[in-house]
Amino acid sequence: MSSQNNPHTNAKSIPLSERRWLKLARPVIIVVALIATWQVLVIMTGAPKYMLPPPADVWNTLISRHDVLFDHARYTIAETVIGLFAGAALGTLAAIPMALFSPVRFWLMPILLVSQAIPFFALAPLLVLWLGFGLASKIAMAALIIFFPVTVAFFDGLARTETGWLDLARTMGASRWRLLTHIRLPAALPAFASGFRVATAVAPIGAVIGEWVGSSHGLGYLMLHANARVQIDMVFACLLILCAFSITQYFIVDRILRAALPWQPDSLKPAR
Amino acid sequence: MRNTEQTSVGTQNPTRFDVHLSGARVAFGSADIFHDLDLTLKAGSFTCLLGPSGVGKSTLLRYLAGLVEGDVSGNITCSDGEILKNRVAYMAQQDLLLPWRTVRENVELGAVLRGERPDHKRAEQLIGQVGLTDAAHLRPAKLSGGMKQRAALARTLMEDRPVVLMDEPFSALDPVNRLRLQELAARVLRGKTVLLVTHDPLEALRLGDNVHVLSGTPATLQDAITPSGQSPREIADPDILAKQAELLRQLGAEIAS
Repeated sequence: MSSQNNPHTNAKSIPLSERRWLKLARPVIIVVALIATWQVLVIMTGAPKYMLPPPADVWNTLISRHDVLFDHARYTIAETVIGLFAGAALGTLAAIPMALFSPVRFWLMPILLVSQAIPFFALAPLLVLWLGFGLASKIAMAALIIFFPVTVAFFDGLARTETGWLDLARTMGASRWRLLTHIRLPAALPAFASGFRVATAVAPIGAVIGEWVGSSHGLGYLMLHANARVQIDMVFACLLILCAFSITQYFIVDRILRAALPWQPDSLKPAR
Repeated sequence: MRNTEQTSVGTQNPTRFDVHLSGARVAFGSADIFHDLDLTLKAGSFTCLLGPSGVGKSTLLRYLAGLVEGDVSGNITCSDGEILKNRVAYMAQQDLLLPWRTVRENVELGAVLRGERPDHKRAEQLIGQVGLTDAAHLRPAKLSGGMKQRAALARTLMEDRPVVLMDEPFSALDPVNRLRLQELAARVLRGKTVLLVTHDPLEALRLGDNVHVLSGTPATLQDAITPSGQSPREIADPDILAKQAELLRQLGAEIAS
């Protein structure tokens, strides 16, 4: 902006940069603290390596077996990402008619609730039986887990449109369709976004459960085999990759959602 | 750049019909908010509705806007024989700006919701008239409370409806901004039939050609007080001050009883 503003912005930029420094350092501090706790546990319990391997051993496995780990991680990541989008798409498709037509809501809501009463673990063998050992059964598993949080969050957002906006739109002579596309849908996007964030965090669980039950690829498959051969460092290496992937995926999704919904109160820039 | 005082831009079509409300009744549950209520809004007149909180002022306004559902009866007729529906513009205490649309996009909302092509030029003129030209591209989060209500006023004017219903539109503003917006509203709404609900007697007397007090349960309308002179009236005008005292007495008696 203009040069007169500079002293003002400079004065304010010091605490801001400090905050930014802390923001960048915080994840590093957390990771270091967790690894330190892990190491302390190993020393204090004196657990054998086949029960609780020390961080250094797991790091060595990560490096020396990176080719195997990477090969299997590709499958899990693909299953998770495809499952995430399939589940979110299905959730969106279910939420909109439920919000628009009350009969659909009355019939679909109990079915949704029943679907949540089924333990997903119990469903995994069936999905493998029906959809085979390949990607399809794992994608279905991830999509099923994601479907519910996305549907419920989006439906809730659509059902809670600010009544003042609806009144205004009514006096303006809005059609039902335009009311949906121009007011109710955009107004529900922040709710959809929070459902999608939750879904992002749980999506890998679905894929890994699917892999445990029946597969020939993926980190879940690798973990199961390593566990059977008492290669616990390998199990931990898989877990670390899953963690890193989940967190990365969450942050990417969060970034995209914030950029797409700049009017969301929590993503507004701090006041001047 | 743009002359905000220029009245030829974004001018509003004057209203040429009276609105008669007769035998209006609204009940929530078993309690009548009001029944057998009659009110006439003369063509192009500015009517203010005062009363204690919860008496049903907003309900009466929303009734006219066709926004009250449920246990409702009564007749709304217009002296030109047409129905009132789709001839009212509504402005509430909250600005009701959509946070994802810019000021200009909010002003053009009505046309978009009806599937019409918005008149960008007119929108810009009206935004200039309410003094928001420099903020037209901003989202509501960047605006002050006063600017938001100005944007809401421009959106109301953009509809160019013969009857404008306003529900405490300035009550959330600080006193200075409130006076400014009253002046602006009086100027830009001249010629329209306006019903303004307020709890501020001074606001009612500055703007209204007729000021009604709504009181009691079920609520009844008192005879109108008619301040002299053209609006917006001076706040220090002795006639206004005397009438304000009278209105406060009426409202106070209502609250005391």
